[in-house]
Amino acid sequence: MKRYFQYLRKYKLQCWLGAFSKWIEAALELLVPLVMADIIDTGVTGGRGIPYVLWGGALMLGMGVVGYVCALFCQRSASIASQGFGTNVRNALFRHINTLSYRELDKIGAASLVTRTVNDVTQMQSAVAMIIRLVVRAPFIAVCSVVICLVIDWQIGLIVFAAAVIVSLVLWVIMKKSVPLFTRNQRGLDRLAQITNENLEGARVVRAFQSRDKERARFDGAADAMLDNSLRIGKISAWLNPLTYAVINFGVALILLWSGYKVDAGTGLTTGEIIAIINYMMQILNALIVISNLVSLFTKAHASMNRVSEIFDLQSSIDGGGSAQPDFSAPAVEMRGVNFSYAGEDRRTLRDIDFSVPRGAVVGIIGGTGSGKSTLVNLLPRLYDAGEGSVRVFGHDVREYPLRELREIFGVVPQNASLFSGTVRSNLFWGNDRATDEDYAAALKVACAYDFVMEKGGLDQPVTESGKNFSGGQRQRLTIARAVVGKPKILILDDSCSALDFATDAAVRANIAALEGVTTFIVSQRASSLHGADVIFVMEDGKIIGRGRHEELYGTCPLYTEICDSQARAVV
Amino acid sequence: MKKQSLKRDLTGRILGYLRPYKWHVAASLVLSLLYVGGVLVGPVLYGEAIDAMLGQGKVVFSTVFAATAGFAGCVLVAALAQKLLGNCVNALCYRLVRDLRRDAFYSLTAAKVRYIDSHSQGDVMTRIVNDVDVISDGLLQGASQLFTGVMTILVTLVVMFVVNYVIALVVVVLTPLSLFVAAFITKRTFRNFSKQVAVQGRLAAHTKEMIGGQKTVILFNEEEYSCKKFDEIDAELYEVGWRAQFFSALTNPSTRFVNAVIYAAVGVLGAVFCIMSAESGGVLSLGALTLSGFTVGKLSVFLSYANQYTKPFNEISNVVTQLQNAFASAARVFEVVDEEGERTEGDKHLPAVRGDIRIEHACFSYNKESKLIEDLNVSIKAGSKVAIVGPTGCGKTTLINLLMRFYDLDAGHIYIDGVDAKDIPLDEYRKMFGMVLQESFLAEESIAWNIAYGNEHASRDQIEAAAKAAYCDYFIRNTKNGYDTILHGNTSISQGERQLLCIARIMLTHPPMLILDEATSNIDTMTEMRIQKAFKKIMQGRTSFIVAHRLSTILDADLILVMNKGAVVEQGTHAQLMEKQGFYCHLYNSQFAS
Repeated sequence: MKRYFQYLRKYKLQCWLGAFSKWIEAALELLVPLVMADIIDTGVTGGRGIPYVLWGGALMLGMGVVGYVCALFCQRSASIASQGFGTNVRNALFRHINTLSYRELDKIGAASLVTRTVNDVTQMQSAVAMIIRLVVRAPFIAVCSVVICLVIDWQIGLIVFAAAVIVSLVLWVIMKKSVPLFTRNQRGLDRLAQITNENLEGARVVRAFQSRDKERARFDGAADAMLDNSLRIGKISAWLNPLTYAVINFGVALILLWSGYKVDAGTGLTTGEIIAIINYMMQILNALIVISNLVSLFTKAHASMNRVSEIFDLQSSIDGGGSAQPDFSAPAVEMRGVNFSYAGEDRRTLRDIDFSVPRGAVVGIIGGTGSGKSTLVNLLPRLYDAGEGSVRVFGHDVREYPLRELREIFGVVPQNASLFSGTVRSNLFWGNDRATDEDYAAALKVACAYDFVMEKGGLDQPVTESGKNFSGGQRQRLTIARAVVGKPKILILDDSCSALDFATDAAVRANIAALEGVTTFIVSQRASSLHGADVIFVMEDGKIIGRGRHEELYGTCPLYTEICDSQARAVV
Repeated sequence: MKKQSLKRDLTGRILGYLRPYKWHVAASLVLSLLYVGGVLVGPVLYGEAIDAMLGQGKVVFSTVFAATAGFAGCVLVAALAQKLLGNCVNALCYRLVRDLRRDAFYSLTAAKVRYIDSHSQGDVMTRIVNDVDVISDGLLQGASQLFTGVMTILVTLVVMFVVNYVIALVVVVLTPLSLFVAAFITKRTFRNFSKQVAVQGRLAAHTKEMIGGQKTVILFNEEEYSCKKFDEIDAELYEVGWRAQFFSALTNPSTRFVNAVIYAAVGVLGAVFCIMSAESGGVLSLGALTLSGFTVGKLSVFLSYANQYTKPFNEISNVVTQLQNAFASAARVFEVVDEEGERTEGDKHLPAVRGDIRIEHACFSYNKESKLIEDLNVSIKAGSKVAIVGPTGCGKTTLINLLMRFYDLDAGHIYIDGVDAKDIPLDEYRKMFGMVLQESFLAEESIAWNIAYGNEHASRDQIEAAAKAAYCDYFIRNTKNGYDTILHGNTSISQGERQLLCIARIMLTHPPMLILDEATSNIDTMTEMRIQKAFKKIMQGRTSFIVAHRLSTILDADLILVMNKGAVVEQGTHAQLMEKQGFYCHLYNSQFAS
């Protein structure tokens, strides 16, 4: 909790003054029934006459105006402070997420990070607003109303107190009973959304299997289950208002009877006071309902805060590195005795990896899913740090380079081609922000993307979210162009030609091979993509079980041979 | 004018949905009357009780008892009525929601594939899931609030007029104040909220995109760029956001203020009238007017009304926005409900399908502007294997869409065993085909459920046999609950394994014709081999179309359809096509050039 105070520091004044002015409004509001009682008892019954009444009226009006001004001031302060708080926390959180490495991102997952940044922070923000606006007001009014009644007449005050306690109990019980049902309702809604989604995504399959009625029955089942649950919630929560209303008003009835005896006995209880007490009963009811809403809001906000704190507590597992400069005469990449396992896994994803690759070589990596291909290339630009052994790039351990500069040596085309909304140019800009249009054109040509980009409208062609306005193959080619435009010394293609047809795949590889002095790592499932490689690493279960050129491997390495045969018998 | 009639139309349709529950509606109306009556008559009775307390030794206990008992009775009636009213309105709402959702979903399951392809899935989903809730909130909760609100105001005014019409008139004169305040706030709030929603949407989109691609952001050292953009949007959100919050937070204090004004006015006037009545001995004469005498008890009634008076006005002004939203949502939901379905009828039946397929002069395009398939002619003998090859975007998927009748031909015919496809009932037609697509769609249900998707009557033994035949058994047994494992997004089943499950699914349906789409990407080599074997197995003796990416598949084919730009440019066996030295030959050779 403490760490969040810093985000409010700028709004300290708004917080204190806001809460204070809200307290003034509440205090004034509490006085109104007393003034009215005085008007009745002194002005009407006491015979002080019309002028006294008018003065009282003016006082009430004045109090109303002052209270209103205070309330406006409070709402404004609360809005500014809470929105400011939210903005600060969001920015800090987003910035913090941007310092995290792959390891932490894997752990939390993108979807969850997004919800935490967007929804959870908003939840905390509204809690701050409510603290300023209502936390002072509601309990103050509830408590003071009871106290004032006790002061007016302690016996009647006790009835008021008892009513307040019973109302609180009712609120508590109803909340307690309905909360789990609400969670169930949410799950029901998720299920409906899921079935709907399946019928949208799988529209073809549903139709191909003529499953119209089956899907309808499935949806009906889920919808009916949800209806039952909703009705149960409805039955419980429909008790809330009538019960609290009844408790308070039976209290009023009791007070009336009691007051009858009191007035008759001449204890000094006046009609004005009775009216005031009834008024306070209503105030208590309203305040208690507000408090019960606050409780559920704060429970939610607290859960949100914990989820956000969990992110703030994460620290990047990758440090900023040293100050080494690349030595281009040394081998481009070397791995010596490298072992690696992902966080929280016992299994080693890479085992005893040992190799050296000269500058300018083309390295192919092939193997089944989970054999460690991607992991191996991810160690090079320090997306993860190796657990054991050393990863060396151009003569130095990767940990000795400044992190940013190390990553600038590489051009990486990740497995899932991700583009960002903007234009083709703004996407390529990421690869190299000093490049000219000619550089961009050249990079696009290497990736065989120039033609379709020009056809679509050139470099300023808009790219929608995740590049959805381009086909899978086009996206892959654009990401290749983005990696190439930075003129990397080492290019990594992580299964990034999978959506290209054979001809384009081959053309792209030929263009890349023609780039001078670039060391290339190609990870692929397709044996045909690796034909021209200087060396192919065949991976299985985290180990390199075969290495050599295609001709050397084919026939000698059983796994490699099997892969080739299954994919294309014509290769032989 | 048109908008008006559209609204009437929508109202009519929604009322149509209420028809089955008309007794609920009637009960709700009666109950809310009882509720409002009870709540408002109660104070009149306790006013009488207060008036009966005339001072020490002068309390008229019979009146106090009677009035208090009456008051308690009113409270009881009001509370019970409110509870029953709640039940009624809830039952109505939730049932309406269920019915609307069902109709929308039914329409979706019958809709043309074109509709699904051309609408954003998120949008359709929002309509079925969220919009329906908005309708029930806005129309029903809103309508019931509106009704009770209006009733409360009316009854309050009536009682006030009966007790003392001068004070009642003063209250009426002050009423526009609350209306004005409510309208002002609602308008401002609405305007600022729409702005806020827009900026919030942008912030969420940026966050989603950047964090979704965070690994790429890291790779390209672009953290600073991403943060800066976030800061910018967030700063904008701050400006819009605090205003939106402020205006929406005005409602409660403003209500309290207007209440305070009315309370003071009623209090002062009532107190003055009490004094005047007392002076003139129980009657209140104001110039020419003579009213019955005003008492402290009556004053207490007025004060209690004044305290609650503005509340219904606020509720009503909220309801207006809610109603607007509800109408907008209703229009969106009914659009889904009204979506035209696929044509399912047909009068020709094929009891035993051989599997001869002839496509004649087929023309098709997704939109009028760009032509895709033009004058396509293909003839396929029963039992042959047809490989479809060609570069990306050449129309391979379109051909599947047409064969499965996901889309209708613009012109031309498809004949199955000489019968025009259009004349065969749709379900019967599709039953003839087994389809395995690249994006292997499986539902979030158990594995067994998914395998038996095309054949509900399959026994567990049949399901397991099919899984074994499709090489799925080994990995199914490795999952947590075997065949009963629910397939979530995070179930550790790979893309290739999912495709194997889809093949198993076909094995239970025995279709005479097959449409297979080979996966292009990211399939583990071992699984890949299993898929190849499974494909071979199911193709035995069936007419099969394969969108081919693997050479081995192509070489095995009895007929290769080479497609480019929507047309079949060449057809024949591999040997024939290579001899031709044409497009296919070029395509084939290109994969060895490196």
